[in-house]
Amino acid sequence: MIENSTRFSFGGDEHLLCECSEEMSLQSFFKSLSATTRIKQLGIPGVVEVCGGNAAYLVRFNPDEIHPDDLLERIKEIDEEAAKAEPVVETRITEIPVYYQDPWTAETMKQFRDRHQTPESTDLEYAAEINGFHSVGEFIKAHHESPWFVSQVGFVCGVPWLYQMVDIERQIQVPKYVRPRTDTPRHTIGHGGCFAAIYAVRGAGGYQMFGITPMPIFEPNEPTTYFEGSMVFSKPGDIVKFRPIERAEYDEIVKLSEEGKYNPPIKEVIFDLREFNKNTDEYNKGLVEKLYDI
Amino acid sequence: MTFKVIEAGISVSVQDLGRPGYYQLGIPQGGAMDRFSLSVANLLVGNNENAAGLEAAYIGPKLHFSSSTMIAVTGGDAPVFVDGVEHECWRPIEIKAGQVLEFGFIKNGARLYLAFAGGINVPEVLGSRSTYTVGILGGLEGRVLKSGDVLETFQSESQVTIRDVSIPEAMRPQITQVTSLKVLPGLYWHRLTEAAGEKFFADEWAVGTEADRMGYRFTGGRPMEFVERTPPFGAGADPSNIVDSAYPYGSIQVPAGQEPIVLHRDAVSAGGYFQIGTVISADMDLIGQLQPNKKVQFIKVSMDEALKARSVYQAKMAQVRETLNR
Repeated sequence: MIENSTRFSFGGDEHLLCECSEEMSLQSFFKSLSATTRIKQLGIPGVVEVCGGNAAYLVRFNPDEIHPDDLLERIKEIDEEAAKAEPVVETRITEIPVYYQDPWTAETMKQFRDRHQTPESTDLEYAAEINGFHSVGEFIKAHHESPWFVSQVGFVCGVPWLYQMVDIERQIQVPKYVRPRTDTPRHTIGHGGCFAAIYAVRGAGGYQMFGITPMPIFEPNEPTTYFEGSMVFSKPGDIVKFRPIERAEYDEIVKLSEEGKYNPPIKEVIFDLREFNKNTDEYNKGLVEKLYDI
Repeated sequence: MTFKVIEAGISVSVQDLGRPGYYQLGIPQGGAMDRFSLSVANLLVGNNENAAGLEAAYIGPKLHFSSSTMIAVTGGDAPVFVDGVEHECWRPIEIKAGQVLEFGFIKNGARLYLAFAGGINVPEVLGSRSTYTVGILGGLEGRVLKSGDVLETFQSESQVTIRDVSIPEAMRPQITQVTSLKVLPGLYWHRLTEAAGEKFFADEWAVGTEADRMGYRFTGGRPMEFVERTPPFGAGADPSNIVDSAYPYGSIQVPAGQEPIVLHRDAVSAGGYFQIGTVISADMDLIGQLQPNKKVQFIKVSMDEALKARSVYQAKMAQVRETLNR
């Protein structure tokens, strides 16, 4: 029997925090995803919104319509069911092109060098070294070789948090900047803790900067074709495969995006956590083959 | 009716009561920081409470009106002048074509709300006209106003004639020497030692310089100690780190145990800092009326007390509606 250990705590009179586990794991993410999906489907009167987290979820409610105690009881039941749900999702795998070692994040890096752990090296050099890689090239390869799970969406304007789909021992981990930057280029591929993130808009940030994508993930005005009508591209549960590109292709994709003509490869897939855990590398290989029709 | 911005002040933006429902994507509810004041301003000029008006931080804008209309100013307390003649806040003000509205320094509070008969006509984005500058969406081109901007209002549906109504002093935001903010402890409260938790409520805090629509930082209290732990995988080494998760509106995060930050209407929806509790919904408006350096005392409350305060807030709003519908 699976032990259900979600911790519940009220965030004022309008929120209920449900923490599936203190530490990050795909199992906790799947439980959060399953619970949030279920709560949305049920349309419980008084539930205003559900925000999924990496290993938690947050229910926003209107206490005029549902008493906090009644809500807690209801959510606990759903959470119990979510703990027993099969760890299988119907989702999609999408490619996101990345221009590693680009000139824009390099410029920003220079500006904020005094806030970094090792002002004398670049973010990539630092990350490669502390993760035991012999070169930046090797590190970049590890970064794009395996797919990533979108385990949370939010912060501002649909920023995806991405969790690397490899064994914990092989996951890239880096601390955030010693003091956060006041600026980060739009579309920067960042990394903090075990998570990658894509900065949807320009702004402050503390994640290490590895590169930049030409592909928009937030469009407040005219939703881009591949956004499926939303302002925000990413969805929790998406699988992402980074593909390294050079300057010429970067420029080309930026141009196509501006004209509304860019369409990244996207394929629908079914992800089964149990199969994934049996043989991670093989399973990932299969996912990538589906993405590219190999 | 249109009006032109002659001087834009520090931070003036179009706001209504916000766009709930997209926080899960990182697009916050937004809307007036002091919802009560915007609602009342709208009622004073015969608008729906959710009509779009202007929110001005610290100093009001200077506006020129193309035609006659009715406006109301609420929120903080500032001298209001129409063609140099002083008017009162919290009651309707009649404006004639060609007149100029301007403000003196704010005497109390931090934000002014301006409602215009009919409400400001800017496109709705995700069901709201509120400006969210980070996402460059809503309001006027997703930004704060600047000199030279021209805004348009909708035709007022109700035939409002100038009435001698005013909102009693006691119902307006109460910014006292030390402002009390009620907090329901919770979320990751258990990460603090008992002594640290007691200190948080015992200490007097002051609003820091980083105080905006996204959040308010508080300074002056003692640093907080943590219960020891082995960092959970993915959280980060600092004792204030958590595995990144969703943040409630009003939640109080304390990076490195140093300075509490209360998330407000334009909150970031998620992040990696632990939170020790949440300012209750009834007290969120008050935060929007606090200027930097203002003293604050956090008061510990239970869920029952939070719900009671919510009822009191709603009763006050109901009373205003009744007063103005007479």
